Amino acid sequence: MITADPMDVPYVEEFRFLPEYLEKAKALIANYPPGRQASAVIGVLDLVQRQEGWLSRTAMDEVAKLLDMAPIRVYEIATFYTMFQLKPKGKYLLQVCTTTPCWLRGSDAIMKACEHAADGKTFSVQEVECLGACVNAPVVQINDDFYEDLDEASLQKVLDAFRRGETPKPGPQVDRQTSAPEGGPTTLRSE
Amino acid sequence: MLADKDRIFTNLYGFHDWRLPAARARGAWDGTKAILERGPDAIIDEMKKSGLRGRGGAGFPTGLKWSFMPKEVKDRPHYLVVNADESEPGTCKDRDIMRHDPHLLVEGCLIAGFAMRANAGYIYVRGEFYNEAQTLIAAIKEAYDAGLLGKNACGSGWDFDLYVHRGAGAYICGEETALLESLEGKKGMPRLKPPFPAGSGLYGCPSTVNNVESIAVAPTILRRGAAWFAGIGRPNNTGTKLFCISGHVNKPCNVEEEMGIPLRELIDRHAGGVRGGWDNLLAVIPGGASVPLLPKSICDTVLVDFDSLRDQKSGLGTAAVIVMDKSTDIVKAIARLSQFYKHESCGQCTPCREGTGWMWRVMERMVVGNARIDEIDALEDVTRQVEGHTICALGDAAAWPIQGLIRHFRPEMERRIRARTEKLAAE
Repeated sequence: MITADPMDVPYVEEFRFLPEYLEKAKALIANYPPGRQASAVIGVLDLVQRQEGWLSRTAMDEVAKLLDMAPIRVYEIATFYTMFQLKPKGKYLLQVCTTTPCWLRGSDAIMKACEHAADGKTFSVQEVECLGACVNAPVVQINDDFYEDLDEASLQKVLDAFRRGETPKPGPQVDRQTSAPEGGPTTLRSE
Repeated sequence: MLADKDRIFTNLYGFHDWRLPAARARGAWDGTKAILERGPDAIIDEMKKSGLRGRGGAGFPTGLKWSFMPKEVKDRPHYLVVNADESEPGTCKDRDIMRHDPHLLVEGCLIAGFAMRANAGYIYVRGEFYNEAQTLIAAIKEAYDAGLLGKNACGSGWDFDLYVHRGAGAYICGEETALLESLEGKKGMPRLKPPFPAGSGLYGCPSTVNNVESIAVAPTILRRGAAWFAGIGRPNNTGTKLFCISGHVNKPCNVEEEMGIPLRELIDRHAGGVRGGWDNLLAVIPGGASVPLLPKSICDTVLVDFDSLRDQKSGLGTAAVIVMDKSTDIVKAIARLSQFYKHESCGQCTPCREGTGWMWRVMERMVVGNARIDEIDALEDVTRQVEGHTICALGDAAAWPIQGLIRHFRPEMERRIRARTEKLAAE
């Protein structure tokens, strides 16, 4: 699905890679054979987003230059992949999975609570499709981390911790080891 | 039940360290050089004998797939590509491999790459798995530092480089040719086949795309022998398998079990049973969002493997078991999947681009009964017109859940339509 019309994505006054990000971009380009630098476009756009928080047309044009691509090819990528943010976001992006496995375990209430918390400054919210942590549903991805096995109370605790400037522990918010059943694994118990 | 000694993913839950020394202590990278010394043909032959069928959903025999690569490297290099774009709703097994047992995957990449005469491999990890990708990158670095990858990898005389490539949010990139397009820096739009990737894949070079689990089980199969793996499970459905059990169970979990385990045993033994007891079961989607659901009557006895589920007009898919109890609005559960496919259609083929949106809109009306009875038949008819008429299988995947719903829950759909009609007539 196309997430936006590239022509609607705004320009900014200036975009420049910070030296450390440019270095990372060059390291990514080196992962591909000579002449195939376009392969790095997703990775480089991700770096830009990490530096700036979102992708402006100005930054996309700079990426096009760096990778020797036509700007439209970069716009196509930026508007095809859903993780690219095409306008400024809050400090923490709440990506709420509402696909069937999460929906079965109460993602409607989680979505509602996240929408309520979203103020555009501390939190922005985005409904996303399956995040791939279905046995720990419902799941919210907050920036790079997954918060799992949520209910409304534990979600509030997580959001409150972010509001206080802390980073709550990612993973299951119930007493449970990753994807093992609650109460301990049924397998792999022999030494 | 599968014995612990026959489990491949001994750190599935991350109770132990994923790093190289601990992974080695669990058996990873043991005798890799000797495996490579058998030569590509012997490795592929052993993989064929194991009966391993691809773990990404389609179930194509892995050894056979490897054998499609040219026997000699000519003007174009060969590539191994690993599909870690795990996005099929219900599925979260490759995530555990990458974050808890990454060295099994890295070792598998070297062996598979060697067997298909590739000097380079790319692992395409879905963008959302940022932490998992970082673990994998760190494991790859450990392997380089220990001489297990790179020039003369593992002392084999074969050079092999391995890279992680992160995606950025697109279910369609789990389709192998869309993945290759994405890896080349384009939109993830599937390619027409033929040419197949083994002839012309990444950068137009011979390539093979395998699922994470298929690659990660290869080293253990080659260490313990094809006969060991083939002795687990049922004929044509051999080996161990990672299952993801989600939805209305008491204890959702991932678990490695024997192929062909009865569905009820899988749910009762490992996931703490259906919420409210087995009799509270309504339906199960046994293999990820794309496969048709099964009503309780079939779940009572069905075995979980490729052929048993195919016989019930469903499929093993990725072995993602989504359980729904009697409180479930079953029409809405499937309508949500229709919304998923509408969102994820790449828009290239008309039947899928237009059909997924149309099917979703009709499904939303079916949820509230805002339809005529004969529109159920029209909906079924449209699923048949999408299925098989698109470049890739996303169109099929959008059609099948609806077909399964109509097959098993048509009376419920009709009941809603009648109830709404009667309510409107009474007002």
